[in-house]
Amino acid sequence: MSKMEPTAEQIKELKLYAGMGMSDEEFEMAEKILGRTPNWTETGLFSVMWSEHCSYKNSKPVLRKFPTKGPQVLQGPGEGAGIVDIGDEQAVVFKMESHNHPSAIEPYQGAATGVGGIIRDVFSMGARPIAMLNSLRFGELQSERGKYLFEEVVAGIAGYGNCIGIPTVGGEIQFDPCYEGNPLVNAMCVGLIDHKDIQRGIAAGVGNTVMYVGAKTGRDGIHGATFASEELSEDSEEKRPAVQVGDPFMEKLLLEACLEVVKSDALVGIQDMGAAGLTSSSAEMASKAGSGVEMNLDLVPQRETGMTAYEMMLSESQERMLIVVKKGREDEIKAIFDKYGLDAVAIGRVTDDKMLRLLHKGEVVAEVPADALAEDAPVYYKPSAEPAYFAEFQAIENSEPEVTDYKETLKSLLQAPTIASKEWVYDQYDYQVRTNTVVAPGSDAAVLRVRGTNKGLAMTTDCNSRYIYLDPETGGKIAVAEAARNIVASGGQPLAITDCLNFGNPEKPEIFWQIEKSADGIAAACTALNSPVIGGNVSLYNERSGEAVYPTPTIGMVGLVQDLAHVTTQQVKSAGDVVYLVGETTTEFGGSELQKLVYGKIFGKAPSIDLSVEAKRQQAVLTAIREGLVQSAHDVSEGGVAVALAEKTFATEDLGIYVTLEGSAVTALFSESQSRFVITVKEENAAAFESVVTDAKRIGVVTDDVKITIIGEDSVLLEGTVEEFRSAWKGAIPCLVKSEA
Amino acid sequence: MKFAVLVFPGSNCDIDMYHAIKDELGEEVEYVWHDATDLSEFDGILVPGGFSYGDYLRCGAMANQSNVMVEVKKAAEAGKPVLGVCNGFQILTEAGLLPGALLRNKNLKFMCRTVQLKVENNNTRFTSQYEKNQIINIPIAHGEGNYFCDEETLAKLKANNQIVFTYSGENPNGSLEDIAGIINERGNVLGMMPHPERAVSDLLGSSDGLALFKSIVKQWREAHV
Repeated sequence: MSKMEPTAEQIKELKLYAGMGMSDEEFEMAEKILGRTPNWTETGLFSVMWSEHCSYKNSKPVLRKFPTKGPQVLQGPGEGAGIVDIGDEQAVVFKMESHNHPSAIEPYQGAATGVGGIIRDVFSMGARPIAMLNSLRFGELQSERGKYLFEEVVAGIAGYGNCIGIPTVGGEIQFDPCYEGNPLVNAMCVGLIDHKDIQRGIAAGVGNTVMYVGAKTGRDGIHGATFASEELSEDSEEKRPAVQVGDPFMEKLLLEACLEVVKSDALVGIQDMGAAGLTSSSAEMASKAGSGVEMNLDLVPQRETGMTAYEMMLSESQERMLIVVKKGREDEIKAIFDKYGLDAVAIGRVTDDKMLRLLHKGEVVAEVPADALAEDAPVYYKPSAEPAYFAEFQAIENSEPEVTDYKETLKSLLQAPTIASKEWVYDQYDYQVRTNTVVAPGSDAAVLRVRGTNKGLAMTTDCNSRYIYLDPETGGKIAVAEAARNIVASGGQPLAITDCLNFGNPEKPEIFWQIEKSADGIAAACTALNSPVIGGNVSLYNERSGEAVYPTPTIGMVGLVQDLAHVTTQQVKSAGDVVYLVGETTTEFGGSELQKLVYGKIFGKAPSIDLSVEAKRQQAVLTAIREGLVQSAHDVSEGGVAVALAEKTFATEDLGIYVTLEGSAVTALFSESQSRFVITVKEENAAAFESVVTDAKRIGVVTDDVKITIIGEDSVLLEGTVEEFRSAWKGAIPCLVKSEA
Repeated sequence: MKFAVLVFPGSNCDIDMYHAIKDELGEEVEYVWHDATDLSEFDGILVPGGFSYGDYLRCGAMANQSNVMVEVKKAAEAGKPVLGVCNGFQILTEAGLLPGALLRNKNLKFMCRTVQLKVENNNTRFTSQYEKNQIINIPIAHGEGNYFCDEETLAKLKANNQIVFTYSGENPNGSLEDIAGIINERGNVLGMMPHPERAVSDLLGSSDGLALFKSIVKQWREAHV
């Protein structure tokens, strides 16, 4: 039984559009475009396509700041995923996307469908997905709810990725009270493609057939994109029906079928039915091709009875794709989907009138210009205002937190959940399936071989949101620079980034300022490090009861390892190797782990960064790696040099490290100055290494005493067995998860 | 020697098995879709890991209803080597080709890590290239790898030396008697939770799984000179 829908007059008079997230002005715009008042279905189409999630109406002016071009870029933002050339007629395809709000309400399915959605974006380009990464933010695992969210998000990522058989090879997790009510779940998928197989989401060729493939449509996820574009509140639990339910087995079948279909020249275009489902895929495919699409919704495979046009168009049921096929060749395509037991149904055709026209039960139920939905959403230039805290923080002089016991402090830092071993997490991810994983989770970046070649792909996700909160522009630079440092330390040349811009409510000028400034920083670093933005996602309104998360523009980066012989990991390799510190250390504790540990809060200036120094140093380190001079490399990040040195020993059983650090002890050990690496080199290569990496300072030696010893200017700063530090680092997260809140 | 790698809807370690045979052993190998009704051209059958039918109902239960499993049973009766890894092991127990069942891991979580296995029996066509009691590094990646059988079956497994691999050191999943892999009485059907096909290249961390495949090929060559 279909319910009675409100009439156009009622929608207008009772302002029912407001319940779908549309403003009065937006509704008037829609009326003007149509020359009449939109009906219920049409109002739904406008509201969901003009949501921030689909239209980027608040973030477009900011996204224009990003460099998106480069000789390596084959496809920039605008398609399912960006594409970068890696030579030999091959390319890497990748994108990152958020699933924050669904995960806050229903963490397992929210995370799982986030994984499923980003995988579809990649194979809709024709690429074989080869790896998954993620970037997660939670509260500090002190509350039962916080632990539940953490455990279920990890289980959801594992459940989907493991089943579909794509290895989850890397990621990062940080914990801070600001994420307690609004965790961040960003998933990234990396795929591999031959240039000749690259697809686009276009509905071209008048008369061609529009086919619906994959899972049936149900009432799940209706208005998911709208829900993603508002703040969370106590009432958000009621939005649980806006969360979709994933079926990774169905997606595995859809994946294999689509990768067969892209080999067929009967295929014209293909696009994922992601956010806003059938609406976004049809409107965008028509708009990109400059054509129209007419669909008969009676033909849409349905999981439930009595679905209305509105429900079908706004459903975000998972594991579905829309494809356009050359007229007369539908059966060839259908045969491929038949093999996998999947629906493949002709539901419409490409027209020349640029309209999205929907028929249901013999009537035209919606008729809207495709461009109006896909391209003509309003763009808002939000007011921006520097928050008062920024000037206050900038006025604070850098100083050292007070530390009395260096050894206990190092242990405490190693136990901080952001630094502690994430083995408890990645043990649940199949990171080896498809047998290409050369460097598994736990080093700076994951590295996969490209089967059939001697090349590798290095990949990582990064974002220190504390720095970005203190100083968005500098923090934005650091996020990109650190990602690049991870790629370089692994032996790769950064190629490009995808980003996931997670912020609070952009209607607040102070939040919009954070968005603008961090985008400036990201853009500058991308330019300096020759790593353009090839796609990404914006997630705004990450607030719970009015409190915003830290600005968290997560960076996903992929780099090319020219020769697998260059693959480098962070752990020390043999006793007698020389330990080098590359880069200058100054007193910089704003937003640092030590500051958080000592004061329980963060304040002051973010660490400074000079992008030209960063770029030069990264190239020098990469050159040394490629010349075979480097045994191990690790970037210095949270917790400073002491943490970096300790981490270098944890994957070995029989090695230790002995170093001498200059300068004030607290700064030398724990400062988070940027653009630094800790590198080990064989003694016989030391001179050659020093001539390539000219700002490397010899600080010590790899030992066989299985101890970590750090000497200061006139005394031993800390000394202990690798095991005592390792057990602190390894045990922290399992302990937090198990303990009673 | 010509191998078949079975592919069920939801298999995902098929590619790993295929490349282990083709790239590392240089033997012939083909993917075989689950509706195949003839396996007579193949000398060895590999049932790979993954999530056949999404692990819905019960791991391996639906795959066992496929056409190709009728042929796998015939191949096993004919004495051809049949290797089931991970989900493949689960399918072989569902098919009754191997005794026992795989329950959920003791900690109720999926786990992926490299573990140490002990070769308990090197007197099989799958393990002749190992030393007895040799310790090998092989990855595991499963949520339901907790081997279980009744006491009578266990006694038989022991009496016939059917326990081929055990976990050495920590038992990751709670398996009875640390069992990681078992063989049928006749000695031509092996099921194991760890993935030897993921351990065929030092580049990826271990090549300790190679000897298993080499053992299969060696036995076949000796029987077909």
